[in-house]
Amino acid sequence: MQFMLLFSRQGKLRLQKWYVPLSDKERKKISRDLVQTILARKPKMCSFLEWRDLKIVYKRYASLYFCCAVEDQDNELITLEIIHRYVELLDKYFGSVCELDIIFNFEKAYFILDEFLLGGEAQETSKKNVLKAIEQADLLQEVHSVLLQFSAL
Amino acid sequence: MALKIVKGSIDRMFDKNLQDLVRGIRNHKEDEAKYISTCIDEIKQELKQDNIAVKANAVCKLTYLQMLGYDVSWAAFNIVEVMSSSKFTYKRIGYLAASQCFHENTDVIMLTTNQIRKDLSSPNQYDTGVALTGLSCFVTPDLARDLANDIMTLMSHTKPYIRKKAVLIMYKVFLKYPESLRPAFPRLKEKLEDPDPGVQSAAVNVICELARRNPKNYLSLAPLFFKLMTSSTNNWVLIKIIKLFGALTPLEPRLGKKLIEPLTNLIHSTSAMSLLYECVNTVIAGQYSCSVGSVCLRISVVKYLGLLAMSKILKTHPKSVQSHKDLILQCLDDKDESIRLRALDLLYGMVSKKNLMEIVKKLMIHVDKAEGTTYRDELLTKIIDICSQSNYQYITNFEWYISILVELTRLEGTRHGHLIASQMLDVAIRVKAIRAFAVAQMATLLDNAHLLTGNMQRNGICEVLYAAAWICGEFSEHLENPVQTLEAMLRPKVATLPGHIQAVYVQNAAKLFATILKNQEGNTDSTAAQETSQLMIDRLPLFVQSANLEVQERASCILQLVKYIQKLQQKDVEVAEEVSALFAGELNPVAPKAQKKVPVPEGLDLDAWINEPPSESESEDEQPKAIFTKEEPKHSRPRHTEVDEKELARRREARKQEQANNPFYIKASPSSQKVYQETPGVEHIPVVQIDLSVPLKVPGLPMSDQYVKLEEERRQKERAEKKKKEKKKRKEKRSGRGKKHDSGPESEEDITPAHVVDIVTEEMPENALPSDDDDKDPNDPHKVCDIQGNLQDGSQVVVSVIFENKSDSFLKSMEFNVLDSLNSKLQRPEGSGPHDGLTVPFQLPPGVSNEARFVFTVQSIVMPQKLKGTLTFIVKDSSTHEKLDFKLHFTCTSYLITTPCYSDAFAKLLESGDLKSSSVRLEGVNMPFHHLLARICFHHHFSVVERIDSCASMYSRSIQGHHVCLLVKTSGQTVSIDAKCDEPTLLGNVLDEIKQTFSQC
Repeated sequence: MQFMLLFSRQGKLRLQKWYVPLSDKERKKISRDLVQTILARKPKMCSFLEWRDLKIVYKRYASLYFCCAVEDQDNELITLEIIHRYVELLDKYFGSVCELDIIFNFEKAYFILDEFLLGGEAQETSKKNVLKAIEQADLLQEVHSVLLQFSAL
Repeated sequence: MALKIVKGSIDRMFDKNLQDLVRGIRNHKEDEAKYISTCIDEIKQELKQDNIAVKANAVCKLTYLQMLGYDVSWAAFNIVEVMSSSKFTYKRIGYLAASQCFHENTDVIMLTTNQIRKDLSSPNQYDTGVALTGLSCFVTPDLARDLANDIMTLMSHTKPYIRKKAVLIMYKVFLKYPESLRPAFPRLKEKLEDPDPGVQSAAVNVICELARRNPKNYLSLAPLFFKLMTSSTNNWVLIKIIKLFGALTPLEPRLGKKLIEPLTNLIHSTSAMSLLYECVNTVIAGQYSCSVGSVCLRISVVKYLGLLAMSKILKTHPKSVQSHKDLILQCLDDKDESIRLRALDLLYGMVSKKNLMEIVKKLMIHVDKAEGTTYRDELLTKIIDICSQSNYQYITNFEWYISILVELTRLEGTRHGHLIASQMLDVAIRVKAIRAFAVAQMATLLDNAHLLTGNMQRNGICEVLYAAAWICGEFSEHLENPVQTLEAMLRPKVATLPGHIQAVYVQNAAKLFATILKNQEGNTDSTAAQETSQLMIDRLPLFVQSANLEVQERASCILQLVKYIQKLQQKDVEVAEEVSALFAGELNPVAPKAQKKVPVPEGLDLDAWINEPPSESESEDEQPKAIFTKEEPKHSRPRHTEVDEKELARRREARKQEQANNPFYIKASPSSQKVYQETPGVEHIPVVQIDLSVPLKVPGLPMSDQYVKLEEERRQKERAEKKKKEKKKRKEKRSGRGKKHDSGPESEEDITPAHVVDIVTEEMPENALPSDDDDKDPNDPHKVCDIQGNLQDGSQVVVSVIFENKSDSFLKSMEFNVLDSLNSKLQRPEGSGPHDGLTVPFQLPPGVSNEARFVFTVQSIVMPQKLKGTLTFIVKDSSTHEKLDFKLHFTCTSYLITTPCYSDAFAKLLESGDLKSSSVRLEGVNMPFHHLLARICFHHHFSVVERIDSCASMYSRSIQGHHVCLLVKTSGQTVSIDAKCDEPTLLGNVLDEIKQTFSQC
């Protein structure tokens, strides 16, 4: 996978993850282009499209579009599953996730994504394992902040 | 210390955290930019504080802003600070920010190496995990080199959580630092059998990705993967493995057979669409067995893919697909149009003599049901395609086919009237036995023509009437009631049909008339025949008034004929015999290539002149020719030796051979250069135009069809009072591109006297010129080589300039001068100064053109050059000195030489890795791909290495030996060119020029 974008129906970027090194300018151009292309598509249209030399796989969940760019030989359907799996993970973590959860806790959304995908490849296919890793890392963070508060007092 | 922390956290309470920032942005929808700029100011303040918590908060906010598109690269160092915090909370935020904001050119990345190494070896697995995750996003070749060993150690970490991350990140490391692959590979292979499924799948992932790039090296792992494939239940892993096998089977065909069983099992058993799809995909690519395709077809979701697979299988195993006819016919009922179209494609290959009627019947039912003209039209063409394929091979009953065609004419709004018509004609002409039936059907069509004339647009169904009228006329002897048909053909309504159809109507009415006369004259009663003539005379004037010339001409011709016949009839003369003689003789179908089969009669020499060729010298002025031929030897040093001659002849032969083998080579017409353009109406305008064609010749190379493109430049003449004198003498040019004449002022009143210097590209490879008129051929390679004989390679180019005098005055003492640039210099004879002009070695009488060559020294060829120059000359009658400015444009293309390259050499060149790449996209190129390639070959001196479908690789070499490789792909109107060259600047310029070539068309 080359990159993943989350954006709203209004075209606002909500999350972006790049697995290929690109300059900010290129990233901006790509995301602008893609957001426009995808928003212009009708709901009944196919979830896959060919764009430049990449295949774009996208799916809309409520008001959010999840969009992945994969290489030519990659399997579109498994990419769709990756998107779905990620949505499931968000859902489990936040408890019926909504767009606002991702906006206000965008760093958490990233952490979950990082536990699930690494360098553009699925690293953990078990939902349970991903969530366990996140919970433990969060716990570690909590302990830190509790300690911090103690020392502050 | 404690106080400081307290102070810090109190400060923090007043700071915005991320949530506040997001909320703030949402509340300031109108002045978002302003709000954010104040936020960034706050963040800058926060970053200055010592408190790491405040910094981390600031960095977290920055990460958010970065996503919104704001530049945060200025905070890179602060991000590194937060990354190196010992607290996991902050470290996590720091790495996240780094993974989002850093890219390969971020210079602070260098500072992170040690920090990352420390984190990698941290006892806390989450520290390590966070570092690995971050690294996967911003790993650079340097980081990869420095950290490869550390990551390799982590691959054997006790915790699977770390192991799987380490394995995955190794892929990124391999990409950035390929040397690490060899030492790491054994360990990677070990991980394929790791007890933890996560690690195992990570290893599979990495190896599959690697194998996709270079499958050969991974063949040895096939047994291991085969084991995994049969044992694993993880769909993600299975997909990767199947993909890997897809890449391996072409290298090891035996694998294919082994895979059939597990693949078929998977297809039958899996419920995951993605896995099924992958299996089918692999099957399609490998063409393993036909049984798999039919299996796919049953699974509704992948119907489309199944059909796709079937169509591939059809090519190799047509029989096995035919057995699924019913299934495929069922697909025609599918809701999805794309599935229906696929199924139609399949049907085409499936028909046989036995099932054709059945299939077509089924299709006809669909035609009736179909909604939407596009699909219906598609069905129609498919029916005709299916029936007419391989010369109507599968049709056993042509009566049936004619009735099908007649049925198809009932389709409303089709755009394939012409197709149906041509089928009708074809069948009626070629199948003699069917004619009676066809004529009867066509007569009915003509009778009911009003049903078909609803759609008058071109190619509409009314085209069918064209065929009907022709068939009825030509084979009128089969008509049962010819008078009625004749009447039908002469109805006033016919005049509303398109012109070409009316024309056929008129012509065939005459044929019909002839037949009727013949029938009726046998009878005793001659009134019937006279009535028919009267009918013709009554109705034909309608067509005589037609706006269509063809109709008019035919109608008036035939009208006069009928009138004459009527006169004879009134005198009781028998005319039928003679009238029908007008249309005697059978029209036979002739194959388009039939002419070739006719042998040339003995003694006929097609190349011999029928008349004596016109003497060429007459048309041209005697004087310049004399000058030209006298002067010429001075400049072409007579240094030929016998060996040179032979060598050249050999080279020319080889070149011709190569061109003959190169389908993309267009031969330029040599005559185009010889034609003088007449431009009436501009005689009164003082226009001076020179067409300078400038072929570049490169010494020492067999291919010298190099041309400099010269750009046209127009210049205003200095003073208006000169105008009157200049009216008399004009230099005009022959224009390579016609349009250039427009640049001159058009009327005498126009006071701007313009001397237009028009330097036009004249792309004409000299080797396309006929070699037999070489004494006049200025481009003759002998002379070129002569001039070039002692020049050095790679830095000198010869520019040949054609001067044409289009004025009425004699021009003499021409001097050619160019303002040298640092890079390109005109070579002047020894002893002359750097600014001296060169004398053009001839004079120009009015209307004559001649060519002179100039040698330029070029240092660097990577950039296009524009040289300004002046041509001074004396007008003989008025003895005035005149001056013309022009520009010489040396494009980068002109430094390229068409050099053939074989695909293996080409591949080696690309693999060598010392070529820089660049690419360009052309939008809206509306021409067939081979034209496009021919254009690139022709204009930019490339040769095609290999062409596969809509993709071609091309090669060329510069005179200084730079390799230029192109990969041209097209889809729709978009053409993408990926190019590689060892000189990026040259490449960029060549691409620009290619782009320009296509923007002009």
